[in-house]
Amino acid sequence: MTVTKWNVRAGAYYDSVVLMQLQRGLLELSGVVDAGVVMATQANRDLLAANHLLPDSVTANPDDLLIVVKANDEDFAIEAIDKVDELLTRRKSSTVSEDFRPHSLSAAVKQLPEANWVLISVPGRYAAGVAREALDLGKHVFLYSDNVSLEEEIALKKTAREKGLLVMGPDCGTAIINGVGLGFANRVRRGAIGIVGASGTGTQAVTAQIHNLGSGISHAIGTGGRDLKSDVGAITANQALDLLARDPDTKVIALISKPPSPEVATQLISSAQQTGKPVVIYFIGYPPPARQIGNLHFAISLSEAAEIAVKIGDRRLETVEKSPVSSLYLRGLFSGGTLAYETLLGLQASLSPIYSNGPITPNQNLKDPLKSEAHTIIDLGDEFFMVGRLHPMIDNDLRIRRMKQEASDLEVGMILFDVVLGEGSHLDPAGELALAIKEIREKRIGELDFVAIVIGTDEDPQNIQSQIDQLKEAGITVFRTATEAVEYISLKFSRHNSNQFPPVNLEQLKQPLAAINVGLESFYDSLISQGAQAVHVEWRPPAGGNEKMAALLAKMKNKKEN
Amino acid sequence: MDIDSANTTAVNRLMEARPILKGVAPARDVIPGMKDNLFLHAGPPIEWARMSGPLRGAIIGAMLFEGIAKSEAEATSMVERGEVEFDSCHHHGTVGPMAGVTSASMKVYVVENAEHGNKSFSNLNEGYGKVLRYGAYSEDVLKKLHWMNDVLGTALADALAQSNGIDMRALIAEALHMGDEGHNRNKAGSLLYLKLISPLIAKVMKDNAAESEVLQFIGDNALSVLNPVMAACKAMTDAAHGVDGSTIVTTMARNGTDFGIRVSGLGEKQWFTAPAEIPVGLFFSGFSQDDANPDIGDSAITETAGIGGFAMATAPAIVTFVGGTPKDAINATLEMYEITFAESKYFTMPVLDFRGTPTGIDLRKVVELGITPRINTGIAHKNAGVGQVGAGLVRPPLKIFEDALVAYAEKYGL
Repeated sequence: MTVTKWNVRAGAYYDSVVLMQLQRGLLELSGVVDAGVVMATQANRDLLAANHLLPDSVTANPDDLLIVVKANDEDFAIEAIDKVDELLTRRKSSTVSEDFRPHSLSAAVKQLPEANWVLISVPGRYAAGVAREALDLGKHVFLYSDNVSLEEEIALKKTAREKGLLVMGPDCGTAIINGVGLGFANRVRRGAIGIVGASGTGTQAVTAQIHNLGSGISHAIGTGGRDLKSDVGAITANQALDLLARDPDTKVIALISKPPSPEVATQLISSAQQTGKPVVIYFIGYPPPARQIGNLHFAISLSEAAEIAVKIGDRRLETVEKSPVSSLYLRGLFSGGTLAYETLLGLQASLSPIYSNGPITPNQNLKDPLKSEAHTIIDLGDEFFMVGRLHPMIDNDLRIRRMKQEASDLEVGMILFDVVLGEGSHLDPAGELALAIKEIREKRIGELDFVAIVIGTDEDPQNIQSQIDQLKEAGITVFRTATEAVEYISLKFSRHNSNQFPPVNLEQLKQPLAAINVGLESFYDSLISQGAQAVHVEWRPPAGGNEKMAALLAKMKNKKEN
Repeated sequence: MDIDSANTTAVNRLMEARPILKGVAPARDVIPGMKDNLFLHAGPPIEWARMSGPLRGAIIGAMLFEGIAKSEAEATSMVERGEVEFDSCHHHGTVGPMAGVTSASMKVYVVENAEHGNKSFSNLNEGYGKVLRYGAYSEDVLKKLHWMNDVLGTALADALAQSNGIDMRALIAEALHMGDEGHNRNKAGSLLYLKLISPLIAKVMKDNAAESEVLQFIGDNALSVLNPVMAACKAMTDAAHGVDGSTIVTTMARNGTDFGIRVSGLGEKQWFTAPAEIPVGLFFSGFSQDDANPDIGDSAITETAGIGGFAMATAPAIVTFVGGTPKDAINATLEMYEITFAESKYFTMPVLDFRGTPTGIDLRKVVELGITPRINTGIAHKNAGVGQVGAGLVRPPLKIFEDALVAYAEKYGL
């Protein structure tokens, strides 16, 4: 049983072509059996009647728009009638005149609705106002203008963060979004290295060098020089790190900044650890704590930052998959004391709390060497274990028993161990360990990863290649240095802090760049010459610079928000 | 008070107003406050001493038409003795093109807003040549006015009485799809009007020769529909006036000396005025920019309602007024979107993919961007009685919008 609903709109003229299109739109809706949309002239009414689309109770004049929908049930019919306005106003975008230059941001947005980015290079005293308008319109901001107050910068960035939008700047000289340079930017090839830059020329130097070394840039996100000051708290840099961490096209991240304030540096390093990607950090003039800590690589110059990023990018074509172990614990069971120590050194920044019988700091001291806690690195060659027993490089028994003990703890997600080959060592350590691990795996409920560091040469008596093969065959991830193992583990255990703010939309980053330029016309020309879609706003100060009028307008805007 | 929601209310009232041309009647019978010695004129109120040539001429002509003066000299001295009164058409729900002079005996169109109930009025269009609205008052001008009142006016009144009225909103919407912008070009709208009114006239007129004359007059005049269109726009903008807190401009009008605007959220008779500018445009042969009178007429009510210069994109036939190419016409409309609050629900433009015309001039945007409304206009000769010398484009002075913003701030305690 079908239901027929109708709607009469008095005095609404539409061309019949528009109405036929509306009629087709209605017919495409689910549940709609038939539809008629006509100016209610006698001829048209007769036509509807012939198609059983004119209920007797319809009264309409020739100047009225008559919409009749026949649907499978009442809900479908009502839904279809409700859609009429939407269908009538639906139109293909951009039937705009290309040479029209709007005077306002809102008009520019209507002209180029797909634009997600607004470049602002107006005089500083007006820049924050334009940026705020852009954020209100849901657009990311590239704020080239300087002389924006710190208070305004903080306010803008907080607003942006609430909306999942980026404010690059103020005083942001460069950015490269999806292959298109904003502001001052070098032409570089696309690639897998993402940049977060709080220094414009620093970012240019690094991106250019990466290009010259044969690699390329996924995106370079500028933050403005003050972003890493404690007052701003690296709001944009944190958003950018998070965004690049989620971007599958970015394999390596480089973080470039003039010296950040110490607390911001600490916080950013922790954010960088959580990206789950190798991050090359160059805080100009800030003494690096180490060459490498887990997934973090510290550079000592701009060119070195580029070199490291390129080297890692070449090496690591696949990102390390996050695994369920990230919420569990690591247990490292070492035969070599120095390997244990180096591993602890590398992991202490990213795995917390972490304990050891060979602690670096007193609070890492493991109370009972026989009982692991949280993340634990044990040196089984320590003299505590050696009483009446052979060294674990010769005898695997102690290590296998300890492996079983750790595996019975369901909070353990990964067991790391070393295999030190060479004269004097066990002749087939991998064979024994692999066999034991297979058994452990069979009994174990839930995820348990094994990682091995194999130390040795191809001339060692154990035949290093067959040792490695046996381990791999048992599903064990093998590294040849502690450094590589540490980085791998850091990434495996990296956990994204659940973000209290909406994430920046990754899809917008990947769409072909479309932008609105407010200010320097050369930035617009540059966008166009790079093949981006852009609209230039013919900007003038509000009320033509008439302070009195501008103040009144500002009051009226505030009034709206109250 | 939220300005945006006040403006939404005002613009919705403007768009949802449904002006129906209901009839034709003598001004004294229908226009509120009309009196035998009252002469309504276009634009903001103005005293005789400051009136321009065309407006003075039209007032003298109207006094002769009414028969209260027998000569120009007598009319002038009556005015100087204060025996006649003047007022702005807008204070009486009325609009008129050019001088816009409307007197008690003149027959006027009656437009009723079926949605909100307000009424508006406009005189009958005289056509081209020497006409009262340009300040002409020679014998042939007066003779034509009498014929219009007695024959044409009666025919229209009787004809419309036969119908439920003519839906002006639908007529304008259709005309916009036929190349009119509703102010300088009303060719299509006038033909639509002729189409709608002809069968009704045929029904009521017994004398074939007179009927032929009436139909010929309506059909020959591509501006026949301008006056009902203006009255329709007046009905719409009046419906939008008086919304507390709204910054939407509800009147733009010129009296040949001053340009005046009114704003929805400000007073009923609160005008903001500045000297009217001289339109820039194209001139009929034999005339030049030097002959042009400062801007005059109530016809800017069309732009106020979102058509005319605002709908330039849809009128490619008259693009010469705005620079010569259809692209210039589109750009003219695009520019007006920047200072308007909404897009019309009912008036759409095919060339912009049926986007609605820019509707509801927002005082705030005009001042902020320094963009004043574009008005398409006819250009009057500065001397009374010469008539139209060209057509072109004019913009109101920015100052009146700034003054209105200050007054708004004072009223609302900003």
